[in-house]
Amino acid sequence: MAKNKADIIISCTDVNKWFDDFHALKGINMEIKRGEVIVIFGPSGSGKSTFIRTLNRLEEHQKGTIIIDGVELGHDVRNIEKIRMETGMVFQQFNLFPHLTVLQNITMAPKWVRKWSSEKAEKVAMELLERVGIPEQAYKFPGQLSGGQQQRVAIARALAMQPTIMLFDEPTSALDPEMIKEVLDVMIQLAKSGMTMIVVTHEMGFARAVADRMFFFDEGQIVESGSPTDIFKRPKQDRTKLFLSQILQH
Amino acid sequence: MENIRTTKGAIRPPQPPGPLKWVRDNLFNNWYNTLLTVVLVPTVLFVLVQSILWVFTKADWRPIIENPMLFAVGQYPRDQLWRVAIGLSGIMFLMGASWGKWGGLLRTISLSFAIVFAFLALLPVQLETLDTDLRIYLGSTVLLIFIGAWLGRLKAVKKAYILIGWAIMPIISIIFLIGFEGVEKIPEVSTTFWGGLLVTFLLSAGGILASFPIGLALALGRRSSLPVVKGFSIAFIETVRGVPLVTILFMFSIILVLLLPADSSLDRLFRAWMAVTFFSAAYTAENIRGGLQAVPIGQIEAAKAVGMNAFQTMLFIVMPQALRAVLPTIVGQFISLFKDTTLVVIVGINDLLGIGRSVINMEPAFLQLDLEVYMFIAAVYWVFSYFMSRASARLETTMGTRTTL
Repeated sequence: MAKNKADIIISCTDVNKWFDDFHALKGINMEIKRGEVIVIFGPSGSGKSTFIRTLNRLEEHQKGTIIIDGVELGHDVRNIEKIRMETGMVFQQFNLFPHLTVLQNITMAPKWVRKWSSEKAEKVAMELLERVGIPEQAYKFPGQLSGGQQQRVAIARALAMQPTIMLFDEPTSALDPEMIKEVLDVMIQLAKSGMTMIVVTHEMGFARAVADRMFFFDEGQIVESGSPTDIFKRPKQDRTKLFLSQILQH
Repeated sequence: MENIRTTKGAIRPPQPPGPLKWVRDNLFNNWYNTLLTVVLVPTVLFVLVQSILWVFTKADWRPIIENPMLFAVGQYPRDQLWRVAIGLSGIMFLMGASWGKWGGLLRTISLSFAIVFAFLALLPVQLETLDTDLRIYLGSTVLLIFIGAWLGRLKAVKKAYILIGWAIMPIISIIFLIGFEGVEKIPEVSTTFWGGLLVTFLLSAGGILASFPIGLALALGRRSSLPVVKGFSIAFIETVRGVPLVTILFMFSIILVLLLPADSSLDRLFRAWMAVTFFSAAYTAENIRGGLQAVPIGQIEAAKAVGMNAFQTMLFIVMPQALRAVLPTIVGQFISLFKDTTLVVIVGINDLLGIGRSVINMEPAFLQLDLEVYMFIAAVYWVFSYFMSRASARLETTMGTRTTL
């Protein structure tokens, strides 16, 4: 079944989510093809982070269906674990494990979840650290690194599980301005390598450079979607225009 | 503008004040501090000098010098003392090996024991209670510590061997202490004969070792989503924390016996140990729970996001951080448990304090010497508590460098 629909890797139909009485997601529909780079943006409280977190079930959706690579996300724990192995996630606050070295942070999941040998996990980890540009930091603890370096380690940690989809939840929002570029460079390189990426961000330069499609979220709904050219040059909705003018002004 | 000048070269940091200036600034800087200094310094000196004089000239240490074995092991049969000796030597040997392997504080502890033993072995005073056999034993234990340290430094001796030793040695010691019924060489010794430091150590070390895993289980149970497990954990923790240790000791030593079937017998010391363990477990549980709550939710999310299951997340991510956060509190709690074991005197167990009381009542002459006995006991408790608290401080600093986020 997954074969003939191979180009669609994520399919969300009428996804709804409530926090108690607050309706956080109001019927989100989205289909994402393999290899696509999606940028989600919108004002705070618009549900964009909540949405991306439902994709690996850090948040539970109460209505609608989410199918990831042919596996439906529901209450079946095995499905959840399968999907979490297929998706990597990078958080705003990095969430590195402070009691483990950089190398241990990266090898932990491959060793215990993928059951790789230490040698293999460490080899892959060093290659990834090479790729994100900080192999010399392998034996330091996260607390000894700068914010930008920590976020690059977090990206390497997510990639170590060899996911087919990468989720980024505002990966540069907690960084000092001079460190944003080093993280974005890694993400751009990743996008160009053909990884399916869903990125919640306000970095419009990144969106312009690599996004295939953009989604504007407001009040738990998709207000507008389209290619970066459509969104930046010909936004249809007034709400989109207003928001873009606010964030692009400075 | 004359006032503006640039300094050539590096500016030196201001020098710390000299001792005379420090005294003037801190002890005599105004009239009430001067008054306090004038009154307190002589008082403190007087108390200090008098105490030292008392310890070395006036105090009569006969109750301790004449009965060292009573304080050490209580009424344990004197012809069976080699069984206690084996346990002590084994633990000292492991201590030395751990010093060789890990160094640090274990070195201080091992050396302290070695110095105390060597001092007693070589004491140039003729004492009836410190006979040649005992001196030879103490001397060979010092040797064992150093042999252990030498072995521990060898690459071939793996850390795992030493840890396995630590796991097995206490069990062997206990089996040796209890002995076997009907075996001529190692007859059973009832715990009614056990006493002194031996009992204090067994109760506190045993209590600490057993209460940690129980406390951990209760802490996890209290956070469990299963209502039965959660309910039981809360009920246990809150009940135990709601009553004093004395009550629990009485519960276990008197009421428990009434509840059990008539023909069953639970050893007295074992019951006291259970009471101490359960009491400590409830507090350990609450301390660990505090640590669990201190771990940010982002850590759990990150672990889930890379596909780790709940058990792996708990074991590799949450627990190490939680335990590190509450380690000082837990050590502090264990120190108070060590001191709290003195309460077992109430249910008729002769720990160090119990022996002290019976020694005072042993001879009419000793009745006057209760101050000396209690001072000695206090000193023993202080020394061990001090080492535990130093150990905790050491652990904090070595682990602190790794947890900075």
